[in-house]
Amino acid sequence: MKRLFLIEFDKLRANRSSRILIGAYFILLTSIALIAAIKFDIGPIKFHLAEQGIFNFPYIWHFNAFIGAWFKIFLAVVIVSMTANEYSNKTLKQNLIDGLSKREFLHSKWLMIFALAAISTLFIFVVSLILGLIYSNYTEVSIILKDFEYLLAYFIKHIAFFGFCLFLGTAIKRSAFALGFLGVWQMFEGICYGLLKWKSPEWLDPEQVFRLFPLNAMGNLIHEPFSRLSAVRNLANQVEIDLLKNTSVQFWDIIIVLVWSFIFYSLTYRLLKRRDL
Amino acid sequence: MGVNTIMNNILTVTQLTKKFGHITAVDTLSFSIKKGNVYGILGPNGSGKSTTLGMILNVVNPTSGGFSWFDGTHNTHQALKRVGAIIERPNFYPYMTAAQNLRLVSRIKEVPKSKIDEKLALVDLLARKNDKFKTFSLGMKQRLAIASALLNDPEILILDEPTNGLDPQGIAKVRNIIKKIAAQGTTILLASHLLDEVEKVCSHVLVLQKGKQIYFGKVTALTTDHGYFELNATNVDALQKALSSITAIEHIEVDGDYILAYPNTPLDIAELSKSLADNGIVLTHLAQKYKSLEDQFLTLTQNQQA
Repeated sequence: MKRLFLIEFDKLRANRSSRILIGAYFILLTSIALIAAIKFDIGPIKFHLAEQGIFNFPYIWHFNAFIGAWFKIFLAVVIVSMTANEYSNKTLKQNLIDGLSKREFLHSKWLMIFALAAISTLFIFVVSLILGLIYSNYTEVSIILKDFEYLLAYFIKHIAFFGFCLFLGTAIKRSAFALGFLGVWQMFEGICYGLLKWKSPEWLDPEQVFRLFPLNAMGNLIHEPFSRLSAVRNLANQVEIDLLKNTSVQFWDIIIVLVWSFIFYSLTYRLLKRRDL
Repeated sequence: MGVNTIMNNILTVTQLTKKFGHITAVDTLSFSIKKGNVYGILGPNGSGKSTTLGMILNVVNPTSGGFSWFDGTHNTHQALKRVGAIIERPNFYPYMTAAQNLRLVSRIKEVPKSKIDEKLALVDLLARKNDKFKTFSLGMKQRLAIASALLNDPEILILDEPTNGLDPQGIAKVRNIIKKIAAQGTTILLASHLLDEVEKVCSHVLVLQKGKQIYFGKVTALTTDHGYFELNATNVDALQKALSSITAIEHIEVDGDYILAYPNTPLDIAELSKSLADNGIVLTHLAQKYKSLEDQFLTLTQNQQA
């Protein structure tokens, strides 16, 4: 396992663009902290975002997991291009000739996915912890430790997304087209949702079917956190909109995303196994 | 047949077949490779050489038939750690240096990193070890590929068209390295469409045409038979008559100024000269000749087409 990890780590470390993208990614993750600096001070209106409760424990786990996940496209570019390059440089072929099995090749890529997802989760944890300790109104340990499932959801969401990217990189073999396909797929899910709402028969709940789509399922893991903010709720109450929807992490969403991760892993292996190089 | 014979089998190929759609690229090949010999795979472009190597190297899936490395004691990818192979173009990570690329290979093959400098020195690249692969010339890339293939001190070295596209100096360098390795007793499997390349270094040859195996065996058995004699004499008619009376001579033909005589058993040149002199023939030319691999190859492939 260490061998497989080091093989992929060597490939990644020597690649300048990957290093830059990964660096930029972690800088952007840290930049969540800059939200704390958002202040308006226009005469009578004084507004300091950090004091609106977004950095309160345990809400901060939800808020930062949601915002942090936006940046994952940076790592997606790294994973897709590292995979597609294995084809264009024919180094996959050379790796196999040198004595790596196709399974080992896939596992070395997946170990990198786990490592990136784990480091990213750890990063979000540390950034949130520090911000929370500075700005949170409550710093009791029992409250800090609440709602940790958002971090679990964050981790699983990244694993699945990167697994999807690895599959697309392998299937399409060209990084630009693979990333383009990712966008097309996102639209495809949207169109399917529209069609389901419009045409699905009585016995079929469009929401439940849509829940099974991979990107949507990943999105469902961490719902938007804004409607939980008291400021937003107050506003909603004033205009009489009911925002009482469930924004917690759902067990079935985790299962759906894990199943998709496994499907991406298996499909990638099938492609590797069947294809002649 | 003892334990030794069994251990000496490096690769056994049985009925190996690959079809691409309706085209049969490799058609029921069967051969085995034993330790210590130098094998050539010979055939024109598109005869299935690279596909055959691709299959035994785990990058092309066979349609039917199979192969086993080291008498089946290792599965393919484990076995490949004991193999060194260079197929077609050298494939490395362009953004890595020579040393970084070899370190990656050493991780895959699980060999100590201490080998890296040793092998780079062998192919004359030690001075360039910290330069990126993409800055290398084709000749240097090919030499790095050789260093990489030798990193694990392989039990068999597989080369596919190793001199393709190189300039004459590059060709000479690569050939010298191959000869050095062959002299150390390493088993070699060399695919080439260059006949003289195969003739110079190989002891055994597999001849392919359109994916079919048309010869497998020793190069000497293919090239020499019993050779033939090229003669001329003051009296050509008498020479022909005298030759046809010698029982060892099977067949006579006229080729320009010379008479060609083909023996069907080993025939000593001195013996032939003496018996012709006894018949009163005065020879003006006598030479023993062997067919080149090229002639034999053309004969073989023509027979197949007929």
